Amino acid sequence: MTKKSPVRVKPAAAAASGCAWNLRLYVAGRTSKSVTAFENLKRICEEHLSGQYEIEIIDLIEHPQLAKGDQILALPTLVRRLPEPIKKIIGDLSNTQRVLVGLDLRPQA
Amino acid sequence: MPAAKKPSNPPGGIAKCPTGIVGLDQITNGGLPRGRPALICGGAGCGKTLLGLEFVVRGATQFDEPGVFVSFEEMSDELVDNVRSLGFDLDDLVKRKKLAMDYVRLERSEIEESGDYDLEGLFVRLNHAIDSIKAKRVVLDTIETLFSGLSNTDVLRAELRRLFRWLKDKGVTAVITAEKGEGTLTRHGIEEYVSDCVIVLDHRIHDQLSTRRLRVVKYRGSAHGTNEYPFIIDEEGISVLPVTSVGLEHAATMARISSGVARLDTMLSGRGFFRGSSILVSGTAGTGKTSLACSFARATCQNGERCLFFAFEESPAQIMRNVRSVGIDLEPFVGGGLLRFHASRPSLYGLETHLAVMHKQIDAFKPSVVIIDPVTNMMTAGLARDARSVLLRLIDYLKGLQITVFMNSLTHDGNTIEQSEVEISSLIDTWLFVRDIELGGERNRGMYILKSRGMAHSNQIREFVLGRQGIELVDVYLGPAGVLTGSARIAQAAKEHALETAGRRDLKRQQAEMLSKRKAFEAQIAALQAQILAQDQATEHLVADTQANESRGHLERRAMALSRKADSGGGRTNGKESRK
Repeated sequence: MTKKSPVRVKPAAAAASGCAWNLRLYVAGRTSKSVTAFENLKRICEEHLSGQYEIEIIDLIEHPQLAKGDQILALPTLVRRLPEPIKKIIGDLSNTQRVLVGLDLRPQA
Repeated sequence: MPAAKKPSNPPGGIAKCPTGIVGLDQITNGGLPRGRPALICGGAGCGKTLLGLEFVVRGATQFDEPGVFVSFEEMSDELVDNVRSLGFDLDDLVKRKKLAMDYVRLERSEIEESGDYDLEGLFVRLNHAIDSIKAKRVVLDTIETLFSGLSNTDVLRAELRRLFRWLKDKGVTAVITAEKGEGTLTRHGIEEYVSDCVIVLDHRIHDQLSTRRLRVVKYRGSAHGTNEYPFIIDEEGISVLPVTSVGLEHAATMARISSGVARLDTMLSGRGFFRGSSILVSGTAGTGKTSLACSFARATCQNGERCLFFAFEESPAQIMRNVRSVGIDLEPFVGGGLLRFHASRPSLYGLETHLAVMHKQIDAFKPSVVIIDPVTNMMTAGLARDARSVLLRLIDYLKGLQITVFMNSLTHDGNTIEQSEVEISSLIDTWLFVRDIELGGERNRGMYILKSRGMAHSNQIREFVLGRQGIELVDVYLGPAGVLTGSARIAQAAKEHALETAGRRDLKRQQAEMLSKRKAFEAQIAALQAQILAQDQATEHLVADTQANESRGHLERRAMALSRKADSGGGRTNGKESRK
């Protein structure tokens, strides 16, 4: 992760499609939970949203003032900023089913 | 509390962080434990949020300690208004970096949980807020709501434990509020993690009257008051009033204060009540208790002293109108700031709250006389036992400050008045009793002193007359039918006056008789003296005549002898002659 600005993970294909999915992952430093969360997120996105997503990683250790805006409390937190409405999923995203439900990618079972 | 009053930390004791809340610092011997978290718990609407808010705001404004207020519940408009009315501009404090506010919202329905997480985000936010204004105080209100927002309570508990330890390490004095649970201090048992200081707030309803109370349940490493203290929330925020029986150590003064009725002062060994004593006036309805109280109030104000009048029955305007009819005008004193009325219905709130409100008013106004009219109404606001305890504490408090308290007590039955107030009689120094005296188809007022500690006082019943010029005490007549009052008294007075006049006339006549007798005697004396004089003169004449006759006889005898040429006796006579 970079030092000063949020990390943007934007696959080449997404740029063309105008990024229908804007996802933000809040973490605090490189902890095992944050690494796991990022890996899980990337995997799920590649599987379900290939080419239409953008992931922004915000390290609150670097940017603590950003926690307030998205009402971040638990970490890691994934925020779906687009498409609206805003959705939040907390945890290391190890439960794929719940992540898909949280992102509205699968009807609640 | 001014910053100068910041309590110094007792040697060996733990450091304290003053809250600036009236009374709370007194109970806790200086405030909350510095650099540690304290738990404030209580039911809904007990005032814990306001207490937390006052803690940070007063810290920022009075003690120059910036604070962070983290709210986990939406703040009610009422609370914001309340804080604004305390004269604290939150926005301005935020702008001046004295205060940081953070509202943490957690809606379970908006959040999906997937896998392992922690509350590092909260730590980050808190840390950022503390560092950005160099905060010394933190309030978390009410952190327990997290339990309803997050499903993994094991994580939550572990994280809260970590949070409180972290706050300690950070060196901030924290206030954590929590909702009261069933049979436990807090709903989720977080008192387990915050164990240095626990304060419980309570909002109790008894007989539909509410009383707020505060108690320090636990304070590790410090002495603290263990009682339940009543507190009030008003436009000045929270005031805790540690009104307790401070013991019987108040000084007794010999100074006196006039009752406002000259004749009553006379009855009280000539100089009125003792200053700082408690006075009770008992009587049935319409016996003039309020007028007596107003008379005392007027005398106090005329003396340039302040008087605080607690009216539990009538509005101030009504009292002033009514006593104006008996020549007592209190309005100028109200206008001049010497007299203050505080009127409230006894049923407005519970006894303790009444006490707290009175305490606060007395503290603010600093009167030398407090009047409670009538004190019996206060008793209807609670149980008799409670009423006695409240009165005891009030009287103790007033005595400690050398404030004279004048209470009226309404009695319902003419026969049992003394009995009905046995409960409080031991607290009273001077007990006046006004009663109706029914006689000859009239109802009149009588007054006597039931007791007056420490002074010689009259045992006489006086008639108590409310005239246009105020209160007057008049001697009553004791007739064969008992005490005479009103017209009977006037009739008796007239009778006595008539008798007196008749007597005076008699005396004059007798005096005149005596005088004339004396004159007669004097005349007799003069006549006798004249007789004596005449007799004396007659005697003198007689003596003179006799002597003249004698000498004439002698000469005649000589002439006769000469003519007879007698020698025997003549020779001797000759000799005598020659010597001549």
